[in-house]
Amino acid sequence: MENIQATAGSHHHEPEFSTKPIWRTFWILLIITLIELVLAFVHLYTHFPPKLMLNGLYLILTCTKAFYIIAEFMHLRHEIKNLIMTIALPALIFVWFIIAFLWDGGSFKDLRNTYDRHHLEQSKTPAPKPVEEHEPANKPGSPE
Amino acid sequence: MMWYFLMSDAFTFGAFLISYGSIRFATNGWPDPNEVFRAFPGMGDAHMPLVFVSLMTFILIMSSVTMVLAVASGHQNNQKAVTKWMILTIIGGIAFLSCQAWEWTHLHGEGAWWGRNPFLNADGTKATTNFTNFFFTITGFHGFHVFSGVLINIIMLIKNIRGDFAKRGHYLMIEKAGLYWHFVDLVWVFVFTCFYLL
Repeated sequence: MENIQATAGSHHHEPEFSTKPIWRTFWILLIITLIELVLAFVHLYTHFPPKLMLNGLYLILTCTKAFYIIAEFMHLRHEIKNLIMTIALPALIFVWFIIAFLWDGGSFKDLRNTYDRHHLEQSKTPAPKPVEEHEPANKPGSPE
Repeated sequence: MMWYFLMSDAFTFGAFLISYGSIRFATNGWPDPNEVFRAFPGMGDAHMPLVFVSLMTFILIMSSVTMVLAVASGHQNNQKAVTKWMILTIIGGIAFLSCQAWEWTHLHGEGAWWGRNPFLNADGTKATTNFTNFFFTITGFHGFHVFSGVLINIIMLIKNIRGDFAKRGHYLMIEKAGLYWHFVDLVWVFVFTCFYLL
């Protein structure tokens, strides 16, 4: 409030925009990405964290990264509360949307596997040995 | 206003990723990303899963940092510093686009394109072309966003060098371009997880 006269004509943001939290956020993002990498490699060589658990971890880490980018880089944490709410609430409803659609996809697969035996058998037969047949048939760039 | 535009854009990307997710949930097998994305430029056939895409992620995060630093210098009305950080941001964006161009070329060389999927499922069965369709559509849409972000940043750089913002007394436009640029980074975080990790 007291620096309104000092910086007349400037907008409502607080002028102090120190670079320290920026670098801190950068390190956090970098370290999270490295953790994801390490987890992926550990899984590749030892199969230790079960894939389902691993995916859950990835999702949590991804949401953490998203939070830091939005809050610090995009500066949303320092905006007024009403703006934060108009952004955050639709995003939260979107989470429900995601869950609903994934559930729907999973249920479609189960129904199809139960009632369409042909589809199930076909998706279980190993593919024939790859023959180089796409080269003469399709020119690169042509659809299908 | 920028925030609401970004939110609508987030819904577009979200819808893409949701359709990808629900198709993937509805399919019996899926290719293993560690088998598909394992190449690195200049390394021939070396098996290096995730390394190249991590480099791309690093480049994009780095250019996001330089963008915040440009915004921060704008708050201090430091025209020279804004120019410096904007140039670095643009270089980062171009580097990311080049990496993506290389990856697309490489995958295309392996026979992958819209409607063509040479990769097998993790269990050796034939995979659907949905894998490549979604991959190219979503990374392509994101790459287009990066491209337009680079263009916006270049315009902002030119305006800054001409002294438009210094005359105006504030660097709000840099801040808005920055918001867009961070959004592109944010989307990449999700694309990275959905296509390369899960």
